[in-house]
Amino acid sequence: MSDSPHRGTLKIFLGYAAGVGKTYQMLDEAHKMKDEGVDVLLGYFEPHGRKDTIAKAEGLEVIPRRKIEYRGALFGETDVEAILRRNPQVCVIDEFAHTNIPGSQHGKRWQDVRVLLDAGINVLTTMNVQHLESLNDQVWQFTGIRVRETIPDWVVKQADEVVMVDLPPQALLNRLMRGVVYTPEKAQQAMENFFKESTLVALRELAIRQTAHEVDLRQSVQDETQSAETGGEELGSTVSPRARSPECILILITEDPSSAALIRRGKRVADYLQAECLAVCILPDGSLQNIAAAQREAVEKHMKFARNLQLEPSVLQGDDVAQTLVEFARSHKVTQIFIARPQQKKWPLALGHGLVERVVRLAHDIQVTIVAERRR
Amino acid sequence: MSTNRRPDPEQLLRQLQAEEQYFRRGRLKIFLGYAGGVGKSFRMLDEARRRRERGEDVVVGAIQPKASPEVDALLQRMLVIPQGNVGGVPTMDVEAILRRHPQVCLVDGLAYDNPPGSAHPKRWQDVEHLLSAGISVIATVNLQHIEERREQVERITHKHVTETVPESFLRNADEIEIVDAPPDFCLQRGSNPSFVNGPGSTALAPQQLSELREIALLLAADVVDYQLEAYLVRHGIHQLWGTCERILVCVSPYADAAKMIASGRRNADRFHGELFVAYIDRPDMTPEERSVLERNLDRARSVDARIEALDGEDPADAFMQFARSHGVTQIFLGNRMNQSWWDRIFGRPLDHLIRAAENIDVRVFPA
Repeated sequence: MSDSPHRGTLKIFLGYAAGVGKTYQMLDEAHKMKDEGVDVLLGYFEPHGRKDTIAKAEGLEVIPRRKIEYRGALFGETDVEAILRRNPQVCVIDEFAHTNIPGSQHGKRWQDVRVLLDAGINVLTTMNVQHLESLNDQVWQFTGIRVRETIPDWVVKQADEVVMVDLPPQALLNRLMRGVVYTPEKAQQAMENFFKESTLVALRELAIRQTAHEVDLRQSVQDETQSAETGGEELGSTVSPRARSPECILILITEDPSSAALIRRGKRVADYLQAECLAVCILPDGSLQNIAAAQREAVEKHMKFARNLQLEPSVLQGDDVAQTLVEFARSHKVTQIFIARPQQKKWPLALGHGLVERVVRLAHDIQVTIVAERRR
Repeated sequence: MSTNRRPDPEQLLRQLQAEEQYFRRGRLKIFLGYAGGVGKSFRMLDEARRRRERGEDVVVGAIQPKASPEVDALLQRMLVIPQGNVGGVPTMDVEAILRRHPQVCLVDGLAYDNPPGSAHPKRWQDVEHLLSAGISVIATVNLQHIEERREQVERITHKHVTETVPESFLRNADEIEIVDAPPDFCLQRGSNPSFVNGPGSTALAPQQLSELREIALLLAADVVDYQLEAYLVRHGIHQLWGTCERILVCVSPYADAAKMIASGRRNADRFHGELFVAYIDRPDMTPEERSVLERNLDRARSVDARIEALDGEDPADAFMQFARSHGVTQIFLGNRMNQSWWDRIFGRPLDHLIRAAENIDVRVFPA
């Protein structure tokens, strides 16, 4: 999945909670590589005071963190420049989803990692399934926690390998109680919140399914490469079950807060179906200039969010949102329109007169998916 | 999304019985791998080492004949119960383990046919015996030995496997842990004694290993899903949250639903989810309506959907109720339900349903 022949490969150790052993397993692999004569070093390592993990890091070369002062305190972040100068074959960078302190070169650690990959350095990293952007609503639904540090799905998709680091929830809870993961006070607090058994079981299932999906994705990429290599003659004659689907999804972005969940959901479905994905925002003037500041801010926020997921929204002019949306869909051969389900209080009293209902009526030849506001 | 129902006495009794049995029995933990060489034995023995360091009484009941140097090193430090002998064939000595009665017994390789004359024909039944005697067991198994997945795996590997373990045994384990590794890792290690380098066989290609890996992960997800449900029942929690996509296709006696059902199947497959097809069973359908409905249901059967007949005065209500009680995440329905008795009585049911579908996505299909 590399853009150029010199690009480094990225391997992600995927878990579902702190303490399942991601870092440990990653360091274990680093040691094995070192034993085989590979030039490997620790670019960033987060021991969290865990004895086993600290012991596992011994014997590996470490690049000291870059000190950054922020509001009078010193923080240590990945020293990308130092790693580039040292130019190892493999670099270990813990906690892929980490947000760098202001003043760092990049806002996110995954951006640091991309720089290393571009320089041809192979990277091993760790993350939890709840850090995946498209799962944000689902995770909130069964944990009650809005995960703030997220990674766009396309970044993970570009990884060459995703490996699941598994541990049954009961074993994780035992570790927690033995004080392996956190200090006793913090463990108690954790068990009352995130580390409830039912939550952990659900997160774990999510992680397993995600890994299966990542394996599946990489197979289809392989298939595509193979069929490209064998020449195009059988293309079209044999329909591979993994062939890119002819579906095209269109997402309607508005100022309503439900837009974020809609974008995530639409993009996730498009990724799963390997469909094309478009997004539009429809305004009376066809421009963001002449709308109220609050509305503009909200729309801009949602458009920025879409771009973050590699989705470029178009701003369309139209007084009748339903009609403009359906016309755009028709002219762009869209197979599925995604719109948000308005909150209960925002439905018009008369059946059939809301935006959703009008779109459904007008788009009699296109599928329309009304995405639910996920509630707890 | 949770509803607090008052537990009925029957249910409480079942819960109590389940708990009692749960505490008497030994615990079963299974390491599941998708092929030989992913490191199941190592992980099992490593856990055994840690448990011994914590003071648990652990013995080895059965080991694989060929082991990697790392596994051998760990085995050196373990107490191994010597194999017994039935009709000249060496096999796990269940009686000796029962007499020794350790806290934890390791069984490397669950799928094994015991020689004729043994107490049980299958090793997993021996394990069952140990568990009911209160001995906890940690075991390993490979995907290709799971009875229900055997055909699927054989289509990929073209190798026939005779020794199997039922999937229900896996589901009822207390813990299952996936030993995951990218395919190149297995190939590199090349220590795949039973599988890749089986007698007279050639090694599996990365593509094949990758397909096996996906199947193993999905199997594990199913088992975990099953365990989540069991957990919720055990704790009297009535909560539905889907990490698994469940699609409900609503079919009517008024329109051909072929496209909708086909799309439902495709989506369910893509998301590795479940597919339901439901309809309202009305006694007063005309023969024409009946035949349209039957055609739709045939279609649903042919794609292996779960078919449900619902009754209810209000179709939108009936579909919604079914969707809620079955943890449905997406409802598919047709855009042409409006030329029927439905509309005349209730107004456009589509509109009702969209409004009622909190927490569920609704996908409307063109007529």
